[in-house]
Amino acid sequence: MPILQVEGLSHSYGERHVLRSLSLAIAAGESVALLGANGSGKSTLLRLVAGLLTPTAGRVVLVGSAAAAGRPEVGIVFQESRLLPWRTVLRNVTLPLELSGESLPSARTIAETALKRVGAGGLLDRSPAEISGGERGRVALARALVRQPSLLLLDEPFAALDAITRARLDDELPELVAGAATLLVTHDVAEALLVADRVLMLGADGAIHLEVPGLRSLPAAERRAALLSPDGAARQTRLYAALDSVSHA
Amino acid sequence: MRRLSQLTPVAVAALLLAAWEFGVRAAAVPQFILPAPSVIAVRFAEAWADGTMLRHLVPTVTEVTVGGLLGGALGLLIGVTLGLSGSARRVVSPYLVAAQSTPILALGPVLVLWLGPGLTAKVAVCALITLFPVAISTLVAVRDVDAGTLELMRSLGATRWQSLRYARLPAARSGILAGARVAATLAVVGAIVGEWLGGTAGLGVLLNLARGSLFDTPLLFADLLQIAIVGVSAYGLVLFAERVLSKKIA
Ligand SMILES: Nc1ncnc2c1ncn2[C@@H]1O[C@H](COP(=O)(O)OP(=O)(O)OP(=O)(O)O)[C@@H](O)[C@H]1O
Ligand SMILES: [Mg+2]
Repeated sequence: MPILQVEGLSHSYGERHVLRSLSLAIAAGESVALLGANGSGKSTLLRLVAGLLTPTAGRVVLVGSAAAAGRPEVGIVFQESRLLPWRTVLRNVTLPLELSGESLPSARTIAETALKRVGAGGLLDRSPAEISGGERGRVALARALVRQPSLLLLDEPFAALDAITRARLDDELPELVAGAATLLVTHDVAEALLVADRVLMLGADGAIHLEVPGLRSLPAAERRAALLSPDGAARQTRLYAALDSVSHA
Repeated sequence: MRRLSQLTPVAVAALLLAAWEFGVRAAAVPQFILPAPSVIAVRFAEAWADGTMLRHLVPTVTEVTVGGLLGGALGLLIGVTLGLSGSARRVVSPYLVAAQSTPILALGPVLVLWLGPGLTAKVAVCALITLFPVAISTLVAVRDVDAGTLELMRSLGATRWQSLRYARLPAARSGILAGARVAATLAVVGAIVGEWLGGTAGLGVLLNLARGSLFDTPLLFADLLQIAIVGVSAYGLVLFAERVLSKKIA
């Protein structure tokens, strides 16, 4: 029984068709990366799964019932960290718990634990304006994890980061998500292979074109080496070629 | 550094007052045209000592406070409602803009006609004059909250009310308070003008008395000084509220 089941999903913004009869399933704890050209509909897919948009056709089944906005089984990290500037780091992470009626003291305890997990335990009382982009990414991840979602949606969460910070987060991500299934949108082929069990390529026609196995199941210390092995290089080449062809479609 | 920047305005004021004092004396300007600052200061102290100033201050402060709070609260309510609801906004905002472009003070005589020369008419002028800047700045601030933030709230399952409380109002805070700062000084103007239209006490009434039957120009200036103090205090109170609120929200 998959955590997420997408069947025949289509979406149009008015006359503009973005996704066409897309199907996809993600098992519990599995990690899937989604590559695709700009405008191919990756963010749209995440919004549909999160229940923030209603599909034109098809359906999204999440843990046995239809997708709807605000379900605690889903955690989202948007491309911009979207931290509330008037709240401290800690209170940004307590927010989802406060909204679902948790008392503040227990929300604080849970949020502190989540922040420590993602390596941001030293930032609790800082304002979002006073931390770096990488730290903001970690805080946004903690906020998405704090209700213990079974599915984590990540829309280019590290796109704005410098290469080193990004590489570090890519290495850590599989362990940070605490067993949640993940659907990660990215433009980075290496990132996709490092963090995912399966890498999918979304074409400009709004359907999935290619699936390549990822390297997540390897121990963290071996993933980067595997990426450079002949086999890893071959996977990268296939994905680059596919990305190139869908980008010029 | 901080000391210095606080000192500079004081120094400038002292310099201006000195120039005024010596200029008036040197040119022998008659006191009923422009009294020297020292004369005004003495008259100010006298008016406080004999109770004149306090008697006229109390009604004005009452009007500004009651009218300002009433207009501010109503403006906030209208602004939030219109900021949240696009359809309400489309129906009401043309009137809001029209009303704001009408000088509210021109309604003063009508309000006095309807409500009598007592406190009520002046409170109404203050309330009306504060309502519009607060309503419009609130509307804009609540409406223009970042779409990403609102989507985040929705993704977290926030209800409309939670989204207002946790995202829209805090995000709109500085916009709303900018309107409130404008409104605070306008409320004082409203009270003074309301008092010119009739009444027995108030700093506006005292202006008329000092200029007319008493022909006491130093008192006129002492009254202006008092009005300025009321205006600055009203502004300062809004700043203070802003500080308290920002601590509470964080
Ligand atoms: N609210 C909207 N109204 C109309 N068109 C939209 C809307 N949102 C997205 N689109 C269009 O739908 C297409 C897919 O958008 P989407 O954001 O899903 O792409 P994406 O794959 O995430 O792209 P990127 O890689 O640039 O993030 C784009 O052409 C975009 O212009
Ligand atoms: Mg996108």
